Amino acid sequence: MTDDSIDEGFFKQHISHQFNEELEDIHTRVLAMGGIVEQQLTDAVSAMVDGNRELAQTVVTSDYKVNSIEVELDEACTHVLVRRQPTASDLRLVMAVVKTITDLERIGDEAERIGRMALHLLDDDRAVAPVAEMGAFGTHVRDMLRGALDAVARMDAEHAVRVAQQDIQADSQYQVVLQRLMDQMMKSPESIPRLMDIVWAARSMERIGDRARNICEYVVYFVRGKDVRHTSFDQMAREATGDRG
Amino acid sequence: MNDQAIQTAPSRQSASGSAGRVTGGQRLRGEDICIEVENLNLWYGDDQALKNINMQLPRERVTAFIGPSGCGKSTLLRCMNRMNDLIDNCRLEGQIRIDGQEIHDKAMDVPELRRRVGMVFQKPNPFPKSIYENVAYGLRLQGVKKRRILDEVVEKSLRQAALWDEVKDRLNENAFGLSGGQQQRLVIARAVAIEPEVLLLDEPASALDPLATLKIEELMFDLKKHYTIAIVTHNMQQAARVSDYTAYLYLGEVMEFNDTDTLFTNPSRKETEDYITGRHG
Repeated sequence: MTDDSIDEGFFKQHISHQFNEELEDIHTRVLAMGGIVEQQLTDAVSAMVDGNRELAQTVVTSDYKVNSIEVELDEACTHVLVRRQPTASDLRLVMAVVKTITDLERIGDEAERIGRMALHLLDDDRAVAPVAEMGAFGTHVRDMLRGALDAVARMDAEHAVRVAQQDIQADSQYQVVLQRLMDQMMKSPESIPRLMDIVWAARSMERIGDRARNICEYVVYFVRGKDVRHTSFDQMAREATGDRG
Repeated sequence: MNDQAIQTAPSRQSASGSAGRVTGGQRLRGEDICIEVENLNLWYGDDQALKNINMQLPRERVTAFIGPSGCGKSTLLRCMNRMNDLIDNCRLEGQIRIDGQEIHDKAMDVPELRRRVGMVFQKPNPFPKSIYENVAYGLRLQGVKKRRILDEVVEKSLRQAALWDEVKDRLNENAFGLSGGQQQRLVIARAVAIEPEVLLLDEPASALDPLATLKIEELMFDLKKHYTIAIVTHNMQQAARVSDYTAYLYLGEVMEFNDTDTLFTNPSRKETEDYITGRHG
């Protein structure tokens, strides 16, 4: 790929119109799937912060939609591979989509877990939980997901790097929440079983941050053809801008 | 369509008169069948080239025949407009029906059959005439003389063959001046000018460079809106790209016939898998 992003021509340049449509279709559908997952996460976090039972229940019962889109998209990608034998940026697009939907599906699972925790909190004493910190943490990783999806929409590698870097802050918010929970546990050991639920939900949020970062890495892979998984943020930034300095 | 639409035809089962083993999905069920081949056997002298072929070609779809050299795929294709009649020593049993009409019936007008079932060969074979006259040739044979009608059909056919824009300013030049890919599209224009129902393509792109090949493939995608297409190809990737259904032939038998997605992602026979994954011995 010689350009930094998916421009209008990307899906129009093949001699085969059908191929153009298939690639555009999987790109559109991965964004649609991302939109649903983002909504699930937003709802799960609000349900937790506001103590909204109905919303929490909706989240818990809606994950199947995300799962079925994942299966459909996987199949669509398999068909593109077998029928078109894509190469270069086309191949990287399909590979990036296959990986992205796996992470999106798992983010959906984590959102469901947060929704369940919101329900548990309602049945319990909400005062024991650091709801405000969890709300801020959840909103932060939701913004990361949104940013990652923006990067996928435009296939913008530099934006992807900026979003991935927000994972540092997510990790520190996770530490803050964990510290609050441990303090609480030490103060009242009898609340440990309930607080463990919240630990798992916080862990879910932390994983969502990691997975949003993964999606950003696939964007860099698509745009630059470089696999930046398991590298430092600095290296990722250098690869994304094409700066070998 | 009956339930046995998608089938393989191992000889033992077909010999017993059954439609063969049902495999894979049932997408063919919803299709309108254009050509139906039933218990077809063909011999060149003492050599049996086709064995108990049973298959259906759905209308306005592309069906690809793949298989190693000598497996009978071109022979099968040529049966469909009785091109094998021209070969000495060729003997045939069984039925081939187009729109329900048996093509070996005495009442069948063979030139009319070949008008309905056009054919394009591996090597482009334009006539040593102008581009215009190549396309108008079939109509002139039919006695069409009006210039206005000829002009219309030539333009429409060249457009259908995705060649019009490249040749519209030199219709009176000799067709041999065109590139190989253009000549092949010209031959396709010549075939569609007489409004066939079926197009038989025998390795239509194997003599062309990759971009000309993609143009022919894209053309097939457009043409299938109006025609039923059968294509023989040695290029499995091409079959995967262009076809809706694929038949894998081996030693004169249809080993597997299925929708292309299924055949290339999850073939039901090991022989098919070995061939499409390059494990064929």
